[in-house]
Amino acid sequence: MKPAPFDYVRPGSLDDAIVALAGDPGAKVLAGGQSLVPLLSMRLAAPSRLVDINGLPGLDSVEAGPDGVRIGALARHADVLASDDVRRVQPLVSLALADVAHATIRNRGTTVGSIVHADAAAEMPMVLRLLGGSVDVAGPSGRRTIKADDLFVGPLESSLHHDEIAVSAFFPALPAGAGVAFEEIARRHGDYALCGVAALVTDDAVHAGYLSVCDVPTVVDLTGVADGDLGDAALEHLDPGDDIHASAAYRSQLVRVLTARVVAAARRMAA
Amino acid sequence: MTTKLFGTRVQRVEDQRFLRGHGRYVDDVAVGPTTLHAAVLRSPHAHARVLDVHVDDVLDLEGVHAVWTYEDLADLSTAMADPLPLLIPHPTLTHGRTQYALANAEVNYVGEAIAFVVADDRYVAEDAVGRIRVDYEVLPPVVGIDAARAARNLVHEDVPGNVGARMEQSNGDAPAAIAAAPHTLTLDLTVERSACQPMEGRGTVARWDPDVNRLTVWTSTQTSTGVRAAIAVKLGLDLGQVDVVTPDVGGGFGVKINHPWPEELLVPLAARALGRPVKFIEDRREHFISSAHERGQVHHVEVGFDDDGRVLGLDVTFWHDHGAYTPYGLIVPIITSTQLLGPYKPGAYRVSFESLYTNTVIVTPYRGAGRPQGCFVMERTMDAIAEALGKDRAEVRATNFIQPDEFPFDQGLIFQDGRQLEYDSGDYPASLEKIKELVGWDEFPAFKAEMAAQGRQVGIGLACYVEGTGVGPYEGAHVHIETSGKVKVATGLTTQGQGHATVFAQIAADVLGVPIEDVEVVTGDTRRMAYAVGTFASRAAVMSGSAIHLAATRAREKVLRIAADALEASEDDLEIVDGVVSVKGAPTSSIALGTIAVLSNPLRYAFDEQSKLATQFSVGDPGKPPVAEDDEPGLEGKDFYSPERSTFASGMHAVVVETDPLTAEIKILRYAVVHDCGYLINPMIVEGQIHGGVAQGVGGALYERMAYDESGQLLNASFMDFLMPYVTEVPTSIEIDHLETPSPLNPLGIKGAGEAGVIPSAAVFAAAISDAEGFAITAMPISPSELYALRLARSSKETS
Repeated sequence: MKPAPFDYVRPGSLDDAIVALAGDPGAKVLAGGQSLVPLLSMRLAAPSRLVDINGLPGLDSVEAGPDGVRIGALARHADVLASDDVRRVQPLVSLALADVAHATIRNRGTTVGSIVHADAAAEMPMVLRLLGGSVDVAGPSGRRTIKADDLFVGPLESSLHHDEIAVSAFFPALPAGAGVAFEEIARRHGDYALCGVAALVTDDAVHAGYLSVCDVPTVVDLTGVADGDLGDAALEHLDPGDDIHASAAYRSQLVRVLTARVVAAARRMAA
Repeated sequence: MTTKLFGTRVQRVEDQRFLRGHGRYVDDVAVGPTTLHAAVLRSPHAHARVLDVHVDDVLDLEGVHAVWTYEDLADLSTAMADPLPLLIPHPTLTHGRTQYALANAEVNYVGEAIAFVVADDRYVAEDAVGRIRVDYEVLPPVVGIDAARAARNLVHEDVPGNVGARMEQSNGDAPAAIAAAPHTLTLDLTVERSACQPMEGRGTVARWDPDVNRLTVWTSTQTSTGVRAAIAVKLGLDLGQVDVVTPDVGGGFGVKINHPWPEELLVPLAARALGRPVKFIEDRREHFISSAHERGQVHHVEVGFDDDGRVLGLDVTFWHDHGAYTPYGLIVPIITSTQLLGPYKPGAYRVSFESLYTNTVIVTPYRGAGRPQGCFVMERTMDAIAEALGKDRAEVRATNFIQPDEFPFDQGLIFQDGRQLEYDSGDYPASLEKIKELVGWDEFPAFKAEMAAQGRQVGIGLACYVEGTGVGPYEGAHVHIETSGKVKVATGLTTQGQGHATVFAQIAADVLGVPIEDVEVVTGDTRRMAYAVGTFASRAAVMSGSAIHLAATRAREKVLRIAADALEASEDDLEIVDGVVSVKGAPTSSIALGTIAVLSNPLRYAFDEQSKLATQFSVGDPGKPPVAEDDEPGLEGKDFYSPERSTFASGMHAVVVETDPLTAEIKILRYAVVHDCGYLINPMIVEGQIHGGVAQGVGGALYERMAYDESGQLLNASFMDFLMPYVTEVPTSIEIDHLETPSPLNPLGIKGAGEAGVIPSAAVFAAAISDAEGFAITAMPISPSELYALRLARSSKETS
């Protein structure tokens, strides 16, 4: 459980970090390290260089304004979860963060890091997509904004280029009169969920986001679907799989149960 | 005033150290900056011939000091080329097999050691391991009990049918009794594999001292004397050249009683060959795939009973998966086959088992050691009888209990220690009344109805067990009263968190009349106690506790003899209070224990105040030698305790669960335990053992399993996927009541308590879930996904 050899750099500026990343096709960004470091220790990943961005200035902000919540690349889950402003502006971010792993992991892991890790079993990529958020990235040719719908291209695969660093994520504010809810079922408290569902109910639409029952974070439009059919309607767009913790049939059952619950809860909040 | 400590809730003396991070585990042993670090190349295949191992590329790596394969072992020490020992042979283990320290031409499980690398640090050692190339001829693997029984493939070519052992025992004619019984049932019951998973894995550090031709080994073990003997034999050393020291051990739960592990031999071998200290610290993945598992068994039950539910005949056949090798013999299935009977006395009993080879990690005892499976089988059978007769489950159990006036009760079988399975004492009806009261058994039907009215499903389960504890053959203790008055206690078995430093000190302090602060306990150090067995089978308190009581009593006798001389009083008139011996009723006529220690040694250089004080006393007859013929200098006591047979603790657990009608999640609403381990040395420590056991049992019943695929790969070899429960998954409160039925077999009237908490878990949860669901759970552990599948299968059966 010791990593293979790698170069380690800890740049002091974003530009230096991009140069360090661009200079080595085997380089990886290290932020909170909660996914990367275990992969290194088990030698499931062996990057030739780690670009540690923890020394970069100005990336740890958590800002909540009328438009939404902007979270810097070095803001830890715990910082975001502790923010009352975030909870007020976009409560779904806080609701989902409470189910992200354990306190010790939330103390170190970064929300933006979790998003660009693009794990379909993780909460924050799905939440970003359900809310129609985006990620700002910086690279050798400047900055660009990637919409959540364009961010998740495959299992554990984002559309960031190798030499780009995500600098912030943006979650739009909850519109007046809208409601959100989140629920997941995990084998143990804090584990990756067997199935997780978030709902966003607005004046004219019902959407639900899913984790662990699809290859990429998936959002399903449930507008106009009868209450009794919500889960089955969602399952037409999902692909629950079998693994050692749960069968596909059980995950489908959780989709049905949780979809009904979160849509109802989001409706209560909207009312 | 010294008060009696036995039976009181003395705070654990070790906790300050552990909680403040001052524990010293094997990885903390500081043997200096020259220490080298080892890593092991392990088989990626469950079954393969090893055709060639290419190590040439690795020897050139900077920082690599040695790379060994099987071919190198004979040159390093002749005995290293032999298979590892089969620790506990048995006549029915006709086809016992053990592995080599490094694989000899064949590997039989993923994780089997093939090459051993020693390097400057563990990073370099792992780099080197990654560069070794091996040519394999992959063979078809045998995974799981069904495949082992089918025997289409063999694990070992020369073991027909994959059967390592076949054993049968009976008491009476069970098949005839069943045939004649008014009611009969058959059940098929399965328990899956799990593992101990102590927080600290295995680890060994060794230093060879060429100046004195002597080896010191620190290893995370449950038996330092066993490891010492193994190393001496395998390295061709005299026992006197090997010291084994057990530092703090971060949990054992059974896995560390098996020995020697390959690394426990390879590390000292390397230390001697390379002339530098060598360290091996197992990582978690290695622990999953190369340390032992347990629990996997399939059982078939036939039972005949009368209208009251009295068992007239019980016939159990089971298949035990012992993995690729049998280093620990048949202990686990023998325990299942005998302890299955629990507190009951069937009219006749027959049990037979086959112990089967599979291409998976070896199986050796894990806390409970076959009892959880036996308890599961017996208790599921009791519930099935109650269901069949429409009777109360507690009532059926009570009908079958051995009664308090029937002790000692001979079950007519041979136990794991080769001795008669004879229960020494117990009061099962009293325990049943206590557990029913504690969990609200009689009130439960009303609660269940009330919950059902709210659309909630709840169920209650009850499970009873008897545990043979304190198995022999012996344990010893040495008690030394220093001239400072401090008492040093040494016992040879090891400690891995149980609180031995506290309870052993309680026992010694009571005998010697000293404050507990003045007693220091050392365990698992062969330099202090060369003869010892080990810590397993809930035996430490019974065996070493009794030995310490006996050794301290010997020291006390000498104290009183010398004090009587010094004070010119009769021994019968003396008492020891707070470390001072005085004449009862004449407190001014007194002498401190430290002073007596000075008097006990005729060589009286006055190094300290005690020695100066001692000069005012004159002891002994000037006409005789200073040390009498039958005496020895020093104030010490040494003794061994060796019981006739095991002492049998017992208990009952009850749990109330709620199962979600939609998600099949299983929630624990209430957990109650009644436990009888004889007199309690320290109730707080016994309760701690129960808490830990219940937590581990919740893991075994609802979360943990070894997920092998068909090719023999372990799919969940990490704590991310092997679901050891967190504090959030175990009951927030465990209600405990004690019964104290003393054992007549030892001087303290005590019985073991270490394993009890985990024994009835699978049984009690299966019972409660069955009660909530309305159908019988026959395989454990169970997950929500599996419960959901059972519901679907049942509803499709009902509709078809």
